[in-house]
Amino acid sequence: MAEDRENAEAIISEVHKKISDAFDVFDHERNKTVDVREIGTIIRSLGCFPTEGELQEFITEIEEEEATGYIRFERFLPTMTKLLMERKFRPIPEDLLLQAFEVLDQEKKGHLGTEELTKYMTQDGEPFTQEEMEEMLSAAADPDKNVIFYKDFVSMLTVDDK
Amino acid sequence: MRAAILIQRWYRQYVSRMEMRRRHTWNIFQSIEYAGEQDQVKLYNFLGYLMDNFTPSSSERNLISHIFRENEVCRDPEWERYFCYKNIDVPAVYSGPRLIFPITIDQAAGLVEAFKNKQQLHSRYVLQLLLETWKLLRMLPNINRISTCHSKEITICGDLHGQLEDLLLIFYKNGMPSLDTPYVFNGDFVDRGKDSIEILLILFAFMLVYPGDVHLNRGNHEDHIINLRYGFTREVLGKYKLHGKRILKLLQKIFSWLPLATVIDQKVLIVHGGLSDMTDLAVISRVDRHRVSVVSSLKYVSALRPPKKKSGSKSMLFSIDSDVDYDSATKDTIYNKRRASLVHANPFNSRESFQSRSLQDFSSVINRTKSEELEVRRRQMAFAHAGYSQSQQLFSTSVTSEFEPGSTDSLDTTNDEWKQILDLLWSDPMDQDGCIANEVRGCGCYWGPDMTEKFLNKHNLQLIIRSHECKQEGYEFCHNRKVLTLFSASNYYEVGSNRGAYIRLGPDLVPYFIQYQASDMTRELTLRQSVGRTERSALKALREQLFAHKTDLLSAFQEFDKENTGMISLNNWATAVGNVLHLDLPWRTLRSQLVTTTLHDMLDYQDWFQELAIKEPSVQTVLDTLYRHRSTLETIFRIVDTDNSGLISFEDFRQTWKLLSAFLKMEITDEAISDLVVSIDTNKDGSIDIDEFMEAFRLVDRSRLEQGHCLFIRKTEDTEGHS
Repeated sequence: MAEDRENAEAIISEVHKKISDAFDVFDHERNKTVDVREIGTIIRSLGCFPTEGELQEFITEIEEEEATGYIRFERFLPTMTKLLMERKFRPIPEDLLLQAFEVLDQEKKGHLGTEELTKYMTQDGEPFTQEEMEEMLSAAADPDKNVIFYKDFVSMLTVDDK
Repeated sequence: MRAAILIQRWYRQYVSRMEMRRRHTWNIFQSIEYAGEQDQVKLYNFLGYLMDNFTPSSSERNLISHIFRENEVCRDPEWERYFCYKNIDVPAVYSGPRLIFPITIDQAAGLVEAFKNKQQLHSRYVLQLLLETWKLLRMLPNINRISTCHSKEITICGDLHGQLEDLLLIFYKNGMPSLDTPYVFNGDFVDRGKDSIEILLILFAFMLVYPGDVHLNRGNHEDHIINLRYGFTREVLGKYKLHGKRILKLLQKIFSWLPLATVIDQKVLIVHGGLSDMTDLAVISRVDRHRVSVVSSLKYVSALRPPKKKSGSKSMLFSIDSDVDYDSATKDTIYNKRRASLVHANPFNSRESFQSRSLQDFSSVINRTKSEELEVRRRQMAFAHAGYSQSQQLFSTSVTSEFEPGSTDSLDTTNDEWKQILDLLWSDPMDQDGCIANEVRGCGCYWGPDMTEKFLNKHNLQLIIRSHECKQEGYEFCHNRKVLTLFSASNYYEVGSNRGAYIRLGPDLVPYFIQYQASDMTRELTLRQSVGRTERSALKALREQLFAHKTDLLSAFQEFDKENTGMISLNNWATAVGNVLHLDLPWRTLRSQLVTTTLHDMLDYQDWFQELAIKEPSVQTVLDTLYRHRSTLETIFRIVDTDNSGLISFEDFRQTWKLLSAFLKMEITDEAISDLVVSIDTNKDGSIDIDEFMEAFRLVDRSRLEQGHCLFIRKTEDTEGHS
């Protein structure tokens, strides 16, 4: 129906604007390009939760044939739009996240020691850098007891979701 | 393993979101800050408008000269008498530092200690210290040339803006100024922060103790007109109720005598703002720097302009500076240059060209033909004979003496000189090549990497260190690491917004950075908390701006809502807001923070305004246009109040009101003004203080509202003269 098409167009236009706004924040030279290292931040700020591996794939897809270190908006926009419309890389439901923490908390204590968490985060999966680890600890750890009450941590950070 | 990945995925997303929010917040603050500076330029335009459009009647003439009176007449010894501190007694109960001159290092250190303990220096000592400073500064050249010989490392600091904690932190980390620890302070010591005078006193004290090792560069805020608006004047008058005026007058002189730049080892240039395509250090060394201030340039220029004829002079008024490279192909990029792009056409105000006129435009008036010049001379003679007030006469005589036939050069050079100085203090670097007018700030220019290359080669330099712009990490390189911006006021916008930095430079001339953030709180704030805090502050400022533009916004919304349903789509909301506010921000993304109640993606905009009002209870009783002009109004008051007494006469008020209402295109009869004047003086003391002044605008506002009018009625036709 014509109306549906109109709505679809409006939605896509809205999505394009969102992507454009996010892109512009990192377009320092105002020439519709961003440093490839900022792509992760842009994609995630638009509500996606890719893994580092998935991110790499995405970048390879939109990079120039000869990598310049920059990503052009013309290549970014269509791929990103598809990502959002297909709702790929959905947000992680809170309970799933909690389960993940519980898997790590083998003794089912209800909390994780900072060293414990550090070990997992910097050795397993797609490891954190030291900076990332420090930042997470400063946000998550109870400063007195040096443990992370992950249940509180999860709810505290997920409440931020728009 | 999967669990770990999941957590990492989630956490990384969270960090990205925070980073995005932090950037947005930063952009908001920057946009509003630069927009505020542009307001200041609008004020200058108003004052320029005064000069242009009124063939002065005797009383108006008095007001105008009175506003610009800078007492060039007085000789320095007369001034020294005026500033004499000797008859000021210091009561026995005073527990602050008592200075004995010549000042010693112990006394300077003692001052620092005293200010740390929140003590205030007595005005007698303030004046004495300032007088000594003035004497010293007058002997300094325009460009300080210093050296890192004897393996001394020089410490360089950027903007401090009245933030004493930052200066104390620097001294703590780096040591106080001494023979072994030389310092260069790169301007903007005052305004915005609350301890500007204390910072000045400390810097001056150390400079007096170690005149060869403490160097101060002038910043764009070391200017008494800027101080009127950005808080320094208010701070001094508040702290020194009895002698504040005298102190301010003396500071005015001191500021004008501050050196303009410093060069280290003939290789590194330190200047507050930056360059332009015209910058020439040889010219700058020659200039009479103390004659140049933003207002004096205005005054100088206006004295040369013939009174406007009723016709045909429009083009001259609105011409673009012919000096500046205005490549039309790059115009779009220019418009997008800054986050706060202020050159969008304003659909609601046909005077947009007026408002975007920069002070540089005056130069086009200067470049006139010979015959026009003769005309001007003739007019000035006429003025001189017409019994002009004394200062105005001195004006014209001092100017006509330069008007030798065929000596257009002297005119042009002087114009050239002050423009170069303004460029030094106001310019910002940009990424594109070239040099264009700085329309965001309204003064100075944007200069590109090619200009830097040219300049460095021409003067055989290797690095430019400048300040003037806040940077998140306290410093930032650009132009191939040939230009370094250094900013020393941490938490400038809000706690947690940015770090400050200072540099140590040794004989190798490689800068070493030390960063800091002066607040106990910041260390403990997590990323989330500091972003959240700064963000809330930015959003608050943004909401205030939105509310201040309510009338314009309403019109814009109504454009989209022709059927008057009271609803508007969110897309249209974003478009309208972007157009009205002229702030280049991602409105769609910010929308969720600014608009909370929507129904099917449609917004009831009247409700939304109510919401904004409720969030800002202080604004509820002050209507939007008044609010927007509030700081401008205050600045105007302080300008008219030339003796800083806090009071202006009825006559001055009447004149100011008349001129202001013409400029803003308000309709008010003379009778109405007279009634207003009388009713305004609520305490009936025969003069008007600032509260009564502001109140005047509110009263008029209310009565107009009863008639269903907007406060400032806009006319759409020409801008010549007034009825």
